[in-house]
Amino acid sequence: MRDVVITGIGIVSCAGEGLDAHLAALSGAPPTDNETFAPHPVHPAKALEWDRQIPKKSDQRQMEAWQRLGCYAAGLALDSAGAKEDADLKGRMQLIVSAGGGERDYAVDGQILTGLRTAQDPGVFLNERLMGDLRPTLFLAQLSNLLAGNISIVHGVTGGSRTFMGEESSGVDAIRIARERIASGQDEIFLVGGAYNAERPDVLLIYEMGGFLWKKPYQPVWSRPADGGGMILGSAACFLVLESREHAAARGAKPLAALAGVVSDRSRRKPGSVEQALHGFSARLQAKPDLVISGATGVKGITEEEQATLKDMAPGAPVHATGDVIGHAMEAQAAAGVALAAGLIAQEKASDALVTSVGHWRGEGALRLIKA
Amino acid sequence: MALRDRQGRPLVAVTGMGVVTSLGQGKDATWAALTAGRSGIHRINRFPTEGLRTTIAGTIDFIDVEPFCAPMLSERLAVLAAEEAVGQSGLASGDFPGALFIAVPPVEMEWPQREALAKASEQDGEVTYKDLLRAAATGRFKPWHDLFIFGTVADRVADRFGTKGSPISLSTACSSGATAIQLGVEAIRRGETDAALCIGTDGSVNPESLIRFSLLSALSTQNENPEGASKPFSKNRDGFVMGEGGAALVLENAETAMARGATILGFVLGCGEKGDNFHRTRSSPDGSPAIAAIRQALDDAGVTPDEVDTINAHGTSTPENDKMEAMSCTAVFGERMASLPISSNKSMIGHTLTAAGAVEAVMSLLTIATGRIPPTINYQVPDPAIPLDVVPNVARDANVTYVLSNSFGFGGQNTCLVFGAEPK
Repeated sequence: MRDVVITGIGIVSCAGEGLDAHLAALSGAPPTDNETFAPHPVHPAKALEWDRQIPKKSDQRQMEAWQRLGCYAAGLALDSAGAKEDADLKGRMQLIVSAGGGERDYAVDGQILTGLRTAQDPGVFLNERLMGDLRPTLFLAQLSNLLAGNISIVHGVTGGSRTFMGEESSGVDAIRIARERIASGQDEIFLVGGAYNAERPDVLLIYEMGGFLWKKPYQPVWSRPADGGGMILGSAACFLVLESREHAAARGAKPLAALAGVVSDRSRRKPGSVEQALHGFSARLQAKPDLVISGATGVKGITEEEQATLKDMAPGAPVHATGDVIGHAMEAQAAAGVALAAGLIAQEKASDALVTSVGHWRGEGALRLIKA
Repeated sequence: MALRDRQGRPLVAVTGMGVVTSLGQGKDATWAALTAGRSGIHRINRFPTEGLRTTIAGTIDFIDVEPFCAPMLSERLAVLAAEEAVGQSGLASGDFPGALFIAVPPVEMEWPQREALAKASEQDGEVTYKDLLRAAATGRFKPWHDLFIFGTVADRVADRFGTKGSPISLSTACSSGATAIQLGVEAIRRGETDAALCIGTDGSVNPESLIRFSLLSALSTQNENPEGASKPFSKNRDGFVMGEGGAALVLENAETAMARGATILGFVLGCGEKGDNFHRTRSSPDGSPAIAAIRQALDDAGVTPDEVDTINAHGTSTPENDKMEAMSCTAVFGERMASLPISSNKSMIGHTLTAAGAVEAVMSLLTIATGRIPPTINYQVPDPAIPLDVVPNVARDANVTYVLSNSFGFGGQNTCLVFGAEPK
């Protein structure tokens, strides 16, 4: 099996743009918008100059926020890997995106729901309004695989693209499968990551139905369970360039860290299942972490359990929650955790990092990074 | 028989297949209808169609789920197809010894649920998402969180069949079903697993999804004669017809399959994919990404263009796809393309979107198994710009050893698979 190294990172969130801004944000509290979606706080993406990574206004117009965030972060990752100007390299670069779905026209939805209440024939009314009021191109901002499509169009990454869905797990599995394909020699170089827009009432609605949202002023992830628990969603995107060590060396790219292993599974959630999963992962990864970057959500039960397990597994290692830097960015959370760990390893503040992912509802994963 | 391919990788055998389409449940029912040239396209009666430009589809109306919505129907179609496939394979039905790769339609809450939330909010003025959120906070709608998040169909299918590890839910638009198979092939070749359950499923014909495609002018509007609307490669083709379906394949490392005495139904010999950065919904005018995907699949399989006996087309019946596909195939197969049979199952079952690549994989393998190529029906007006042997209107018997199956999708997705009766 071949070594897999991380040679590029692009990340955007409420902490700003780029890896340095995010490493600086490891201390302190993330910017929070308590007003727009009150009573639900969200961590809003910092305003970005889209032109810097998405030069054509026509491309920007064809995308909604989650896609623009993702495209922007993908561009940053390609820049950081020294791959942006290499058309041939990008033409054989493989792409795996972890994504949910795109956005709705909230005003249209509201008008239709209002009208449906008194419509004589609700089915016909719905047809007429959707036919008349939906923007045709909105569909392209909704399809899960169209973030990947936009990255191909805007950045010319065209080796082959796949989109994984399934909340937090999809983020871990995208990185896992990219890593396995490189390690086994199936492919040489990948752009992998995800994007999430939290500033959307429809996603808040899904998690509010499930009772997963924190509805008080910001508290750090680890202190939320004592007060009922809950997630604060964050708008963020993160992409990584992964490649074989040989491939990176041949093109003179400097690795930030090596991705030593990625494991994931799903368990029937019950008390103790998160602990058991994390211990199992740690053993499989032969982890000896001097740094932990946790994807903890703040949801009651699983968060305290993960915290206790990490203390047990990595006594003395600093534990940072990605959620306290960017919020909970769902499909993008695992990639963001890897970015933070790789950054600290590159700064020689750690040498062996464990990144965890315990999904808010299902799915567990762990990633081990070591010095390149 | 060598159990590794020419590149030294484990051979990937198919040991179980299942399918459900508008033509029927099970591969026997679907295959009988498909080779008889029967269409499963009909008028939509699932929801009112007044005010719509397209009023036909290949919906699956003989299966009911509660509550009726895309994730529930997609899950049911996946389970039915997988029960048939796993049953045929002889592997344990609740303890599948490998990974799950499942192509699922992107789901979201649907109008009946939004309406229920609006009603529960007791807002009698203008309804906004604030009202829906207030209703959600009551906790009365908790099951809908699970129902409408993206990983749930896979999780439930994984539970039902006892697949191992984290299930992969994926979307590559209209090539998703082929991508699910490709992921399974790759995992077996890496030695990560000896078995993979690969599924494509799509039960998402609802008003909004139909209207979204309609607004992009992608759908046929020839509603008068539903069975005749899907006309791949014909001059008068005018768009695709939405369909629903589920298909499942059990893939196994050929060595372990033979060791346990399994019946091998065929082999997945090669996979190819290439991204296209030309446009969000249109393909590169020169067809170069599709050409690259076809060539890569053939190379990966070690099959030369001359050895391919028939092509299971993507063949959507849109003016653009069929022209691009014909051009791309001609670029790869040259003059032989005039006589190489290329048939579109979508002429009868419509475009099952997320499921299509998996449905057509099963049909490709049945073509190999039975020596019969299903027809492209509704081929009355040939398009002189794309002279092809589309197996017009009537099934044809032929010796088929190698089949190429094409899948292309929005977002620049091009995925091609090569199936064989025997390894190369």
